[in-house]
Amino acid sequence: MSDTATASGASALDSDDGIDRQLLLGRPHQHHGLLWLTAAIVLFVIFLVGYSLVTNPRFEWGVVFGWFTSERLFTGLLRTLQLTVISMAVGIIVGVLLALARLAPNFIIAGVAAFLVWIFRGVPVFVQLLFWGFIAAIYPRLAVGVPFGPEFFSVDANVIITPFLAAILGLGLNEGAYMSEIVRAGLLSVHRGQTEAAKALGMRRVTILWRIVLPQAMKIIIPPTGNQTISMLKTTSLVSVLAFPELLYSAQLVYSANFKTIPLLIAASLWYLLVTSILSLGQFYIERHFNRGTATPGRMSRRRRKARALWSRTTAAQEVQS
Amino acid sequence: MNDTVVEARGVAKQFGDLNVLKGIDLTINRGDVTCIIGPSGSGKSTFLRCINQLETLDGGYILFEGQPVGVKIKKGRVHAQSNAEAARSRENIGMVFQGFNLFPHMTVLENVCEAPIRVKKEKRKVVQERARALLERVGLAAKANAYPGSLSGGQQQRVAIARALAMEPRLMLFDEPTSALDPELVGEVLDVMRGLADAGMTMIVVTHEIGFAREVSDHLIFMDDGRIVEQGDPRIVLRDPRHERTKQFLAKVL
Ligand SMILES: Nc1ncnc2c1ncn2[C@@H]1O[C@H](COP(=O)(O)OP(=O)(O)OP(=O)(O)O)[C@@H](O)[C@H]1O
Ligand SMILES: [Mg+2]
Repeated sequence: MSDTATASGASALDSDDGIDRQLLLGRPHQHHGLLWLTAAIVLFVIFLVGYSLVTNPRFEWGVVFGWFTSERLFTGLLRTLQLTVISMAVGIIVGVLLALARLAPNFIIAGVAAFLVWIFRGVPVFVQLLFWGFIAAIYPRLAVGVPFGPEFFSVDANVIITPFLAAILGLGLNEGAYMSEIVRAGLLSVHRGQTEAAKALGMRRVTILWRIVLPQAMKIIIPPTGNQTISMLKTTSLVSVLAFPELLYSAQLVYSANFKTIPLLIAASLWYLLVTSILSLGQFYIERHFNRGTATPGRMSRRRRKARALWSRTTAAQEVQS
Repeated sequence: MNDTVVEARGVAKQFGDLNVLKGIDLTINRGDVTCIIGPSGSGKSTFLRCINQLETLDGGYILFEGQPVGVKIKKGRVHAQSNAEAARSRENIGMVFQGFNLFPHMTVLENVCEAPIRVKKEKRKVVQERARALLERVGLAAKANAYPGSLSGGQQQRVAIARALAMEPRLMLFDEPTSALDPELVGEVLDVMRGLADAGMTMIVVTHEIGFAREVSDHLIFMDDGRIVEQGDPRIVLRDPRHERTKQFLAKVL
């Protein structure tokens, strides 16, 4: 009765093969039953742990928070931060130098760098710290002079290599070995055409490295470096073996006197957690900064354009068929 | 009388056992546009890269404006140039690559300004003014603050040309500048190059765009297997090539 277009449209929706096409046009129902059950179990376990944290008197929360805000732990925390920053700085500088040396065309330089990385990465950092702490046993006096010739002055190794310096050397050199791998991967990730284009513009090698290659390598270097920093913050606790009063050793000094071992370990842990959280947040913003300019690479958009062209062609073909 | 920009004699290059260039002799005069065509692997890119020392020669020599490329003569002996000397001689030769190679972490304007500021130590203000004029010339003044990643291939290649021109080179090398582009974008890049040729720039262009070679170039070179097989006036070479290899190649691409 009505015009043909509506008739054919309607017949597509209520043809008599028993499938309700009107229903198919809607969204399918989601089944969340299992998800809810799992969530309930997890929440219950969390509740149990939380309950024991609150009710078990041996946690001594009052003592924890008393010491958490104490000046002694805070001073320890500052020393931990100081160690982290300086060791990471040493590590990054040593790492960049080692990475450049390993990529150098001179095989002796590259070989020596690879050897150093092998040593400083292969020996546990705890052992390295001990070596630096006991350096005076190997070289009791450190001297400035001409090798095998006259000596200008010398000093007692124990005076120069304080626990702090031993910590920086141990942590920094170990970190440098790891950072060199990270930096090397970053440098190698930058397309060779970038260096060639910069060379063709007459740029010097240092300029190319500093202005073209390193900024692009940063995208690869930053995320693992953030992880290394966070890991370094925790690794500094090993320095307690050198009797350097960073956060952990400060806590140890307190509980060896008052025997409140667990509360003090918790107080120290809370500080470690707080700082690592802040560092993670900082890392997020730094990564975002170094990702600029790469949100839509040209290659990608070209491919997308092609895909769209193909799509419109096929749909056009279907329209012609129908 | 003619002002020679490039003089190449017996240029040879090997990669391991592979002889890629087997003695290239070529003279380029100022203001000339020279197109190099030839099958893949014939050594076109390698020769171009030899001119601005992205490759070192294994034989023969190249003079750029009368100065040996890559070497210096001291006390009757030939020495390799230092990296700094090589960099200095590249300042006068611009190069445009097939893959654009724009610096992705810099805006279009920063890409164009980087080398004049860092290498020639020019004032930022002066360079930026020149860069904007160049972007205007390649039709991209509106994209000065965009990042390369957001541009089409044709736009990126035009930025790359502006970036090379910002150093005010006296010779421009183009290595298949339109080969990575979608067909509809080739024209805009060729137009910019045509304008550059009209303005009197000395250019060496490796290309598969036979039409461009015919219309724009003063000199056409056909390379095959590391040698120059045939060269001369493009209209003559393209209409009736004398060598069998040239005929076969042209039959395929025309
Ligand atoms: N760095 C390199 N190491 C080893 N072999 C190379 C290197 N660069 C080029 N070749 C080889 O040298 C030969 C010539 O290469 P070239 O890039 O000069 O050719 P082409 O004429 O530019 O070819 P196309 O048209 O494909 O760009 C090729 O066989 C290539 O594989
Ligand atoms: Mg090539």
